Parts: sequence; structure tokens; C-alpha cells
Amino acid sequence: MTKSELVELIASKQTQLSVKDVELAVKTIIEHMSQSLAEGHRIEIRGFGSFSLHHRAARTGRNPKTGDSVKLPAKFVPHFKPGKELREQVNDSMKSGY
Amino acid sequence: MAALTKAEMAERLYEELGLNKREAKEMVEAFFGEIRDALSHNEQVKLSGFGNFDLRDKKERPGRNPKTGEEIPICARRVVTFRPGQKLKQKVEAYAGTQS
Repeated sequence: MTKSELVELIASKQTQLSVKDVELAVKTIIEHMSQSLAEGHRIEIRGFGSFSLHHRAARTGRNPKTGDSVKLPAKFVPHFKPGKELREQVNDSMKSGY
Repeated sequence: MAALTKAEMAERLYEELGLNKREAKEMVEAFFGEIRDALSHNEQVKLSGFGNFDLRDKKERPGRNPKTGEEIPICARRVVTFRPGQKLKQKVEAYAGTQS
């Protein structure tokens, strides 16, 4: 499912808002989440999961083409931990043959 | 540092887009609800600019109870993984704060 399919699906299940409105809302939610992570905040959605940042230490990498060593600074990477409900729902789907 | 929750996401939809409070709350519920439903039907979810939620089927493997040392098989299962997109990775990389 892509972002535009998600927008269509949400729009089709309600009558108050136009597809355009839903599209804007979905973009706003995603932007809000990205912005929060970029500021170092966690995101906690009960039943769904949580997003946080994981630290990666600085290391020396290599340019695979030239073999030159390159210093890579420490950085943060986004991490998602699925919540209990999501984990169970997804795992149950396998048992029921999806 | 406070974590972002559904309530704040709804608040922003109310403030920025003028959705009423009920619409805003339902929108945030629908957003996560539909993603969860897709994943529960073994359907990958791709949110461009943010990242992809993928599904992986894991085979059964031998495990061990770390306390007792007893061997117990870990059953086959399906798990969700999140692969952040390039845009999100770049945004987050720049964060220079302390380890969270």
C-alpha cells in the first residue's frame, strides 16, 4: 500500500472530508512525525509501536571504488519498535494463511 | 523529553488544517488503523519520504532460556520491520543532541 492508496482508503471510509483534505491531513501527520524525530523526540502510538533514534558511533569507512578510507561521523538513525498489538496481529495473520 | 502522541497529532490537524476535533482524532486513528490492517493482511506499506513497513517471515529456530539454559524452539513467526526512507534518514542524521 502506498501513501496515495492509504489516502484513498481513508477517504472512502468517511463522508466529511474530500480526498484532497485527507491527502493534506496524511501529509501533515507524516511531516509532524519526521519533524519530531529530527528534533530528537520519540513517537509513541499505543498498540502500533514507537519510533526512536538509535546512535551510531563514528567509524572509518572505505570508498569501495578507490579503497581510500573515509571518516564517517557519529550519527542517529530512526528506529521502529512494533507494539504488542501490532506484533500479535501480524503474527496471527501468518497462522490464518495470509 | 516528551514523546509525540496521537493527541498531539490530532491537535496539529485541528490547528493547521481546521479539521474539527472529532475529525482530527478520527483521522489520526484511521491513519494508524489502516496501516495496521494492511500489515495484518501481509501487505507492505510504503510512505514515500518517511519509510517502508515490511513484513518478514522467520523460520523456526532453536532458542535457549537464558536463565535456565534450557533449549526451547522459537516458533516460525511473521514480524514487521521499518526501513526509514532517504529523506527521513537525512533529517535525523543532522540531530546532534545526546543519546536518547
